Amino acid sequence: MSAIPILEARKAQIHQKGAEPFDITCGKHSLAGSVSQRACVFCGSRVVLYPIADALHLIHGPIGCAAYTWDIRGALSSGPQLHRLSFSTDLREKDVIFGGEKKLAAALDELIDAYRPKAAFVYSTCIVGIIGDDVAAVCRKLAQDKGIPVLPVHSEGFKGTKKDGYKAACDALFRLVGTGSTEGISPLSINILGEFNIGGEAWMIRKYYEEMGIQVVSIMTGDGRVDDVARSHGASLNVVQCSGALTFMADMMKETYGIPYIRASYFGIDDMAKALYDVAAHFSTQPTVMETTRRIVRREVSAIMPELYRLKGDLSGKRAAIYVGGAFKAFSLIKALRYLGMAVVLVGSQTGSKADYATLQEMCNAGTVILDDANPLELSKYIIEKRADLFIGGVKERPIAFKMGIGFCDHNHERKIPLAGFEGMLHFAREVHASVTSPVWQFAPARKLAGHREEEFRA
Amino acid sequence: MLLRHTPTEIKERSALTVNPAKTCQPIGAMYAALGVHGCLPHSHGSQGCYAYHRSALTRHFKEPVVAATSAFTEGASVFGGQANLVQAIDNIFTVYNPEVIAVHTTCLSETIGDDVPQIVAKAKADGKVPEGKYVFHANTPSYVGSHVTGFANMTKAMVEYFAEANGLKSKTINLIPGYVEPADMAEIRRLATVMGITTIMFPDTAKVLNGPLTGKYKMFPEGGVTINELQKCGSSAGTVALGRIASMPAARALDAKCKVPCQILDLPIGLTATDAFVDTLRQTAGVSVPDAINLERGQLVDTISDWHQYLYGKRVAIVGDPDQVLALTRFLVGLDMRPVHIITGSPSGKKYEKSLRDAVARVPDAVNIRVPGDMLLFHQWLKNNPVDLIIGNTYAKYIAKDEDIPLVRYGFPIYDRMGHSYFSTMGYRGALRLMEKILDAILDRKDRDADDITMELVM
Repeated sequence: MSAIPILEARKAQIHQKGAEPFDITCGKHSLAGSVSQRACVFCGSRVVLYPIADALHLIHGPIGCAAYTWDIRGALSSGPQLHRLSFSTDLREKDVIFGGEKKLAAALDELIDAYRPKAAFVYSTCIVGIIGDDVAAVCRKLAQDKGIPVLPVHSEGFKGTKKDGYKAACDALFRLVGTGSTEGISPLSINILGEFNIGGEAWMIRKYYEEMGIQVVSIMTGDGRVDDVARSHGASLNVVQCSGALTFMADMMKETYGIPYIRASYFGIDDMAKALYDVAAHFSTQPTVMETTRRIVRREVSAIMPELYRLKGDLSGKRAAIYVGGAFKAFSLIKALRYLGMAVVLVGSQTGSKADYATLQEMCNAGTVILDDANPLELSKYIIEKRADLFIGGVKERPIAFKMGIGFCDHNHERKIPLAGFEGMLHFAREVHASVTSPVWQFAPARKLAGHREEEFRA
Repeated sequence: MLLRHTPTEIKERSALTVNPAKTCQPIGAMYAALGVHGCLPHSHGSQGCYAYHRSALTRHFKEPVVAATSAFTEGASVFGGQANLVQAIDNIFTVYNPEVIAVHTTCLSETIGDDVPQIVAKAKADGKVPEGKYVFHANTPSYVGSHVTGFANMTKAMVEYFAEANGLKSKTINLIPGYVEPADMAEIRRLATVMGITTIMFPDTAKVLNGPLTGKYKMFPEGGVTINELQKCGSSAGTVALGRIASMPAARALDAKCKVPCQILDLPIGLTATDAFVDTLRQTAGVSVPDAINLERGQLVDTISDWHQYLYGKRVAIVGDPDQVLALTRFLVGLDMRPVHIITGSPSGKKYEKSLRDAVARVPDAVNIRVPGDMLLFHQWLKNNPVDLIIGNTYAKYIAKDEDIPLVRYGFPIYDRMGHSYFSTMGYRGALRLMEKILDAILDRKDRDADDITMELVM
């Protein structure tokens, strides 16, 4: 596949294990002209705050940013559905010339009266900073008038990467923390951070912790509620998922309220069990917690193992390519795929750090390609070279996998079923199995020519 | 009730859009550019814009969608995006090697005031554009018009940059199909081909966004109008442009630049509009209508007569893009149905609104029309005055579910059903398909609601 060139300036962001000493460049702004799979600051903020279902989410800017983020993530709410509507100031040319502050104030005024939200988040998009709207001042005024928190989110798209958007979201969210009463919070209590309840995953995780005797004060932000966030400083421990999104929040809560945090991942058997055991260990003064946790893990694992083994029979020896947003998820996926007997031949992320990539390269077999901020050409090149049978990615990657005639699993926000938790591991295995063994691939040229594929594609 | 937050009482809103029935210009420009062969659309703005556009188009077409970005940083937003765009052009031709790059602007680059032609000229002067390759552009500020405007602007740019009059008029007819599905473009061309007419159609997304599974990932699929064809369209005998909002600017520009006379028609949705299209083709090309087309027409008329008894008097609510909404309204009125709530989200002008009012002049009910309006108002109208059928994009399904009204999915985006990119709704055959969908929806409901006594076998 030498026919596909790799951009000289991109070479430092691609590493092949064993081929050279480990070194990878990352955290860079994407190269102008790359067909990167990444998004912007606003996207990062929107992802983090979106699941708070009783808040108003007003997007200040031209219509696009509101239209493209209207109910596209499956972050489920058990109560209000306000977050699933799309509110925009829909800035027009004259607003760009004369400023959008008046329109923003009027919009907030009308919306807060009509929907009576618990709080409002106001997202700044690209041009808001450029035209000089003082969003913070408008928010302050409206908060005073309406008696609810009105929080500006400084998420102008160009002001960094998606990760900076996480930070902006955490800054806004943090202003709610500490505003509620901590009455009735048990010393055995946690906040679950960085879990967005895609497909109802937060509900599963919450159930495990509650069964362990741990109170879950708030989930940030899956099935989120403003009041829960407001009293979250009463929890004894923060459990942070995901490499980037809510770490900023955990850091701020540690600094201001002295709440320690541990990291967790809920994907795959090992990591899910570890997430429970680590919390149990934190509350080791209560020995029953650890006992209960062992019982839960034993019960859940033995419930899924028979079917996992059966699926493994078909999947053993197959190869997977992973391209996800945060590198932390990739760690879990590599381990989860091992349970299915599958080897990872390509792994990449949009936002991984140097330490993340170092961990990835330790986890992978020799020859595995590691990519930071990849483009579709690079992804397809290595998928073919490494003969992957499965691609795990998000919305933009799915049709690329299918065009090449290989299986696909959405491990991003478009997944419909919970992949977290023990039960989620089984869902994951079933989905991978269904896609990899789909009868459609017998009609795909790549599969038909198995064994001759490389020659075919070299031609 | 997902939309439980929709208040029944309608209050005039001064400053905001809730649940938009439109999105911003750049995605339309990107879609149009994908209809040029070997073209890489390029978004001159933040990284998020093109990520959202690509994701939205991917969800709608279930196909890989490529584009590049200038990936604006804070520096670029202060000092202008020249360096980013020049570097992007260089990188794109080096790595992805398209035939042509179609640059569109965004709210950010427009607000900063980047002069794209000047930047492209600099890139050329610096030798960044290889021999035989092209860069063209359209200004698509997100705060003006809508996604349809963006499509119109990019289509017009194809004329402005490439069309040449060589002094000799060919017999070729130019077709400007409008912001329609790949399948519609194919059908529009097929009708002309059956009539023995040689055509140049632009843009043309057939085979680009409904391509086959080949086992290979192709960044630039088959399909799309070639630059050579675009150059030659200035010497065609005439232009037939479909849809005033999406296609008129390009048709007029071609007339002004190369003296190619143009006819601007409704989109060929339904009997009368297709008659007008076929008749215009016949006159412009000086051909006669072959029996094959008369047969298709006769079958449509026959079907309308067969099913009129189930269609007449049915009240319909329509939301969508302006050219589709107008043509569809005329078709439904022609079927003796009653469009009573009509909204397009795109600002389309007073003249457009008048055409819409004229189209429903025969409808005996009170008719609500709003240009531009949003989905919240649409829903409120429906709550106050229910209908028998809703025609709209996927977002209308929430309204349909909450109000328990049958829905025919039509327009952009459709995220939850297949068919739109493969089966046309244009021409006589397309009208049959549209009728099939409408009848299925209405008759399924009739069957569902029938009691044991009135249940009919033969309909």
